[in-house]
Amino acid sequence: MTAILDRIGRAFLRTLEQTGLWFDALWRTLTWLFRPPFDVTEWLRQMVRLGVDSIPVVFLTTMFTGMVLALQTFQGFQRVHAEQFVASVVSLAMLRELSPVLVGLMVTGRVGSSMAAEIGTMRVTEQIDALKALATEPVQYLFVPRVLAGFIMLPFLVVLGDALGIYGGYLVAVKLMHTNPVIYRQNTYQFLDMNDVWSGLIKAAIFGLILTLTGCVRGYYTSGGAEGVGRATTYAVVSASLIILLSDFFLTKLLF
Amino acid sequence: MISLQHVWKSFDGRQVLRDMSIDVERGESVVIVGGSGTGKSVTLKHIIGLLRPDKGRVVIDGVDIGSMKEVQLNQFRRRFGMAFQEGALFDSMSVFENIAFPLRRHTKMSEAEIRARVEECLEEVHLHGVEKKRPSELSGGMRRRVGFARAISLKPEILLFDEPTTGLDPVISDVIAELITEMDQKLGTTTVTITHDMKVAFKIADRVAMLFNGQIVEQGSPEEFQRSTNPIVRQFIEGRADGPLTDVD
Ligand SMILES: Nc1ncnc2c1ncn2[C@@H]1O[C@H](COP(=O)(O)OP(=O)(O)OP(=O)(O)O)[C@@H](O)[C@H]1O
Ligand SMILES: [Mg+2]
Repeated sequence: MTAILDRIGRAFLRTLEQTGLWFDALWRTLTWLFRPPFDVTEWLRQMVRLGVDSIPVVFLTTMFTGMVLALQTFQGFQRVHAEQFVASVVSLAMLRELSPVLVGLMVTGRVGSSMAAEIGTMRVTEQIDALKALATEPVQYLFVPRVLAGFIMLPFLVVLGDALGIYGGYLVAVKLMHTNPVIYRQNTYQFLDMNDVWSGLIKAAIFGLILTLTGCVRGYYTSGGAEGVGRATTYAVVSASLIILLSDFFLTKLLF
Repeated sequence: MISLQHVWKSFDGRQVLRDMSIDVERGESVVIVGGSGTGKSVTLKHIIGLLRPDKGRVVIDGVDIGSMKEVQLNQFRRRFGMAFQEGALFDSMSVFENIAFPLRRHTKMSEAEIRARVEECLEEVHLHGVEKKRPSELSGGMRRRVGFARAISLKPEILLFDEPTTGLDPVISDVIAELITEMDQKLGTTTVTITHDMKVAFKIADRVAMLFNGQIVEQGSPEEFQRSTNPIVRQFIEGRADGPLTDVD
């Protein structure tokens, strides 16, 4: 019994410690963002790496999700003769929920993990110490461009995801299920609100911040050689995904 | 100029430095020797503030860097150059970019000036035609020399070298030793060097200090050090397997 309590206690303390490190890193990233030098080339490089290079993954994920969603809702709604609402469900679900969360999770797997591995390797090979010795703050040089890239590029990816998901749904409904394309298109917009778009984009920016910062922090506090780097990478993906899913709930509640 | 005062440092319950003190004067070249794992690298990292002492003070030019904020410390480190034991080159950059890194960040040099300075630095450590190579394509000794070149590129006031000649052939070792002496004499650089190579140590040092059991147990000019009767020093210089050095642990 005490053994179990002991383990729960330890896990709780570890979580608390990690949370502390995370918010400390967030604070330091924000303060270093506004201190010169502003390494704009590096900012752009990270934006390309996170944004442009993620387009294929985003393309496949959101397009197929839109297609499946149309297929599933169509079959469900058919039973209650509400096929005309498929379009609205697809567009609402993509904009408000699926596109931000799916893009967030996919980019976590693709980019968050590689950030943790990269920075973790720099830690265990003393490159982080070398940065400091060269009077370069690692938070400024490594965290700022990455977190900024996540915060700025995720909304763009999500806009792309929105469009592709809705288009995927349209393809299935019209080409496969032979719905009337004009009505389908109309229903896509009819019940939408600007809020639906905004809430998705705000979520996206926050998810972008979460996944990059988690990757950076996990990498930065790596210890224990190659094995440590592996652990940091795994933890980065797991914890960023969890934080994204948890905060998704609260953000949805908060944003409407 | 550099003063470690009663520094204590432990890692996971293992005491590495215990009440360690050493002073380095401006323009002096001090060599720290000692067995493997005795805390030489740890000492060097305290001087540049990469590690903070558990107890005691690290004072550079009258300023206690142990109590400095990270931002101030970052500024302060511009006066330092450090060559790491394993090179610690940035492996996402070419050799050229590695050496140009401090120049780009801390000077307003033009691209042409940077190019010239990088070439000069590589010339000093006798490396040719490696500018475009990645650190992973270099041998251990070459990496160490690039790390050395990167450390000196800004001509800092204080230079810290962690085993700069380990793994280099005797000729290149001597080149590096000459270079350290030259910077010491021409530019008045203050240097702290760690080395296992007694030949190099005696060549570059104004003073040699021996680290043992977390403390400096003996220090003096190369001549004094060589004549020392301290059994720990004698065993180290003569490289014998039995003696007080090998009795502990
Ligand atoms: N970051 C660290 N975390 C935990 N232990 C450390 C750390 N850095 C050094 N140590 C420990 O401190 C001790 C001294 O290490 P240090 O690297 O200073 O040795 P050294 O004198 O430079 O040896 P060598 O000549 O082999 O380079 C070692 O036992 C090492 O395990
Ligand atoms: Mg060492």
